[in-house]
Amino acid sequence: MSTARRHLRSIDEVGRERVLKLLNLTSHMHEINQRPVPKVPALRGRVVCNLFLEDSTRTRLSFDTAAKRLGADTVAFTGSGSSLSKGESLRDTVETLAAMRLDAIVVRHRSVGAPWQIAQWCEAAIINAGDGRHAHPTQALLDAYTIGQRTGRGADLSGLRIAIVGDIVNSRVARSTTSVATMLGAEVTHVGPSTLLDPRLDVQRCSDLDQIIGDVDVLYMLRMQNERMDAALVPLGGEYTRRFGLTPERASNMRADALLMHPGPINHGTEMTVDPSTLPQSAITDQVSYGVAVRMAVLFDLLGIGEMEEES
Amino acid sequence: MSNPGCAAVVEDIVITGGTLVDQSGSRRGDVRIRDGYIVEVGESLAVGDERVIEAAGLLVTPGFVDLHTHLREPGMPEAETIESGSRAAALGGYTAVVAMPNTDPTQDSVEVVEWVAARGRAAGWCDVRPSGSITIGRAGRELTPMADLAAVGVRLFTDDGSGVQDDAVMRRALEYAGDLDVRLAQHCEVATLTRGAVMHEGHCCSTLGLPGWPALAEELMVHRDIELVRLTGSSVHLLHLSTARSVELVRAAKADGLAVTAEATPHHISLTDERLRGFDAVFKVNPPLRTMADIEAVRGGLIDGTIDAIATDHAPHPRHHKERPLEEAPPGMLGLETALGVARASLDCSWEHLIGALSWRPAAIAGVADRHGRPFIAGEPANICVLDPEAQWRVDPTGLASRSNNTPFVDVDLTGRVRHTVHDGRVVVADGSAVIR
Repeated sequence: MSTARRHLRSIDEVGRERVLKLLNLTSHMHEINQRPVPKVPALRGRVVCNLFLEDSTRTRLSFDTAAKRLGADTVAFTGSGSSLSKGESLRDTVETLAAMRLDAIVVRHRSVGAPWQIAQWCEAAIINAGDGRHAHPTQALLDAYTIGQRTGRGADLSGLRIAIVGDIVNSRVARSTTSVATMLGAEVTHVGPSTLLDPRLDVQRCSDLDQIIGDVDVLYMLRMQNERMDAALVPLGGEYTRRFGLTPERASNMRADALLMHPGPINHGTEMTVDPSTLPQSAITDQVSYGVAVRMAVLFDLLGIGEMEEES
Repeated sequence: MSNPGCAAVVEDIVITGGTLVDQSGSRRGDVRIRDGYIVEVGESLAVGDERVIEAAGLLVTPGFVDLHTHLREPGMPEAETIESGSRAAALGGYTAVVAMPNTDPTQDSVEVVEWVAARGRAAGWCDVRPSGSITIGRAGRELTPMADLAAVGVRLFTDDGSGVQDDAVMRRALEYAGDLDVRLAQHCEVATLTRGAVMHEGHCCSTLGLPGWPALAEELMVHRDIELVRLTGSSVHLLHLSTARSVELVRAAKADGLAVTAEATPHHISLTDERLRGFDAVFKVNPPLRTMADIEAVRGGLIDGTIDAIATDHAPHPRHHKERPLEEAPPGMLGLETALGVARASLDCSWEHLIGALSWRPAAIAGVADRHGRPFIAGEPANICVLDPEAQWRVDPTGLASRSNNTPFVDVDLTGRVRHTVHDGRVVVADGSAVIR
């Protein structure tokens, strides 16, 4: 597992022990973020490249902020995968970056497995910021941390009932957050029309949100892409929202101590017709704020002091 | 060298001390070859000044016939040429290969087909038999001039790379081909069920989030074509079967007496979809690697004869294409030089049965049984493979003849390797090396 140790590419690859370590580190990073000047020199002199080949603003900003708060320098390489594939290959791009001796590459790519391919072509630590429908491990870690903080359970989520609602089959968030939540003891149920669930994932499934909404500890709503309706996965019109959207009526059926989460950006009017900021259960802004702390923890774990001592 | 090719010449040859394997079984015997034909078979033949191939401990078999080779020329010589691909075939023991039509331009006209055949003859490594496409440009609409193509030697027609999607077009093609001495072959894949698919739709695909290629997409077309054979009385050959249910469908069709034949590849009887967990596009192939249960069923089909032939689906791709992201990388793997060793490791059957699946059964399907897969009898053409059944070797992609290196068997230890290949009385492979000009 020595190769995986240098990277953060999926929850399953890094395993439970390192997940616990990262969640613990996140607490320290969150403490730094509460200071009047939320910046430490832990990664001074390190260079982190944000290689975002699929549209993303939030995640890129979050990583950029995390790196800068630890004193690292950041460079960005953005573009759509298609323009890259016309001429320069992904390997050419990565070998160019490798020649610049970057310490870490944060990669988002529309294709599954891109972080593993990239790791073959350079020495940098690879952090997966989302590869196709496969994995989004920092999202999963920030989700786990948010749940742990808001419920007071820390890293022990045993017995918590988490419903993830929506387009499971196309969601890297669903895969990674399910992995981490299961790893920490939670009971995950995937909720949605059968066309958007995956019967081969080892998870409970449910196609009736109203049946379970009053029982769950965490209601995790996924973004619903309108394109899914063109592909005949769900009917046209408002049926998806009527069956699986968080309407004010459904929100009123949530337990008072439950959490409402969403990875953002919200497709208002589709998966949510209620304004989440009016709901005390909403943990959505916590997710964003803990997201920076989680990414600081990941960067520090890969590039931090221990390794620097080894080198000197 | 500007014009690589085979340097072998027609010689008088005696193959001594080997075990002859053909349709009548196995026996010790020597084989005398003169002017490209077997002239004498017997024990302890007298040896004069002929070239002697010492075959003690080796198997002497009819040359192999590959029903499914992508030579990539015309169109993509960077991946493979007719010369390099047919040389790889000779090294793998093949004396005839059917060249798939998904070239650029497509093998849908007499001109392109004759060009491919001529390049094959010029290279001289083995008998390169171009297939023709069923439809113009493999677009699935208008039929190719099958009678004209048959007149210049095409015996197998296929739109391989994709299946003929339109039921009516396939029906008409089978009817039209019915009174020509040709056979249609199908790449079974209902395209609407596999849009964007990268790998077998199963547990592994679900955890990786990759678009799945359901077994059903193959089985629906297998079923359709079997029923079209029942309707039209024509014959069909089913390419690279990969699922357990496909094997069952073919077994039932054969029990009904329908003229259905089938092939399976070495990789579909040896590798599962779990190989994609490392995200290496070398393991991306169409149809995709499937589950252990499918592998067992396909092996069973080959052993009981439901599946007639082992065919390589040798599909070279240059490195930089296979290094693309998984969803964009082209499907396909090399196969010609590893087929024997992989098949032997995967199938628990006699050498006679295994060689039959590599030689005389595909020869009959390919329409080349007049010159290939022949028994060891005086008067037969000398297309012969001499193999060492116990030779152990490790697959090194840089040591293969193919211009590409996308073998899924890197560093795999195989047992059984071709030592000599005789094509039309010429020793084109000697002691495991191609005899190069």
